[in-house]
Amino acid sequence: MNCGHIGKKLVAYLDGNLNIAERRQMEAHLAVCTACRERAAEFRSVWDVLDELPALEPSIAFDNRVRERVRQEPVRTGFWGWIVPSPRMAFAVTALLIASIWLSSFQPGRLAVTHPPVGPSVQSTEAEFGMIKDLPVLEDYDVVTSFDALSELPAQQTSQPQPSNQM
Amino acid sequence: MARSDVQLMLDVKSGDDSSFELLLRKYRMPVVNFLYRMVRDAGAAEDLAQEVFLRVYRARGQYVPTAKFTTWMFRIATNLALNALRDGRHRHMEISIDQSAGGYSGDGETEQPAMEIADRQPTIEVDLIQRDRADLIRRAVESLPEKQRAAVLLHKYQEMDYDQIARVLGCSESALKSLLFRAYEALRVQLAPLVQAAQVQSQSGRAVKMRSSI
Repeated sequence: MNCGHIGKKLVAYLDGNLNIAERRQMEAHLAVCTACRERAAEFRSVWDVLDELPALEPSIAFDNRVRERVRQEPVRTGFWGWIVPSPRMAFAVTALLIASIWLSSFQPGRLAVTHPPVGPSVQSTEAEFGMIKDLPVLEDYDVVTSFDALSELPAQQTSQPQPSNQM
Repeated sequence: MARSDVQLMLDVKSGDDSSFELLLRKYRMPVVNFLYRMVRDAGAAEDLAQEVFLRVYRARGQYVPTAKFTTWMFRIATNLALNALRDGRHRHMEISIDQSAGGYSGDGETEQPAMEIADRQPTIEVDLIQRDRADLIRRAVESLPEKQRAAVLLHKYQEMDYDQIARVLGCSESALKSLLFRAYEALRVQLAPLVQAAQVQSQSGRAVKMRSSI
């Protein structure tokens, strides 16, 4: 049998973590393989030797600091208590609320566009008025009216036809 | 009758902080030592251990006993240790490790001044031999790759079963068997002088298992 393959199960065998078939296979191999038997014995020794590794005693300051930090933890009370330890969640929920309120303020306008208008002529006139009102060129209305060149226009030509009409 | 760890944690969840104190007292030593052997620095180990207990406490509200309490707690500890090692924040020079190892020997002994050696020769010799042995073992464990080291520490010092260790490390049981084999094989080679001496002392040929509890 291949030592390399079965050897990988040696620690599990020594721990009693092989199934019956694997264990029998391992025991049959160990009965004929001196190298694996020696390795198994050395693994047991390693296990015992590791007991000599010195252990730390945590400092008193450690216990006190853990207790202090636990005391500083916020107490969760009531339904909204979950917000306290989760500021990110609280921020996300607030942002979502603000966004939904802001979006809902656009709802009536959107409905007017998508649904067929009740009074088409009135609404289209209003829309046109709004558009014209905001045209940038009209911002310069005063400049246009007080434009010097306009004063040179023949004012009589426009007034002359009126008497003729009266005649 | 003593409450189980799971019951203690459930009591913490329902607002009983004295149960958390019991868990802290029970696991302060194993957690600090696990982290010390992982990050190789006593101060860093205590800092990380504080974080472990704090995370356990903070997670009390969401705690659901789906696994053993120790599996959950050591998973937190392992992740913190591996992250700390990856960040390199807790890597220190060998000299600082030696100093902290002396200060945290656990048996109340501190470094002996050089002048006292002449007066207490036999005791010091024994002490030095023991210290050399402990130093050799410590270096052998520390030289293992991080995941192998974690596997050995949980296997040897926490005496966890394979299912638990695999859950802590996030690997399959078969991967864990391979991990443990490689780790013990490396230790067998590195600790050869101690292992061979131990074998000569106990040539009884008994079919002793690694764990007496199994």
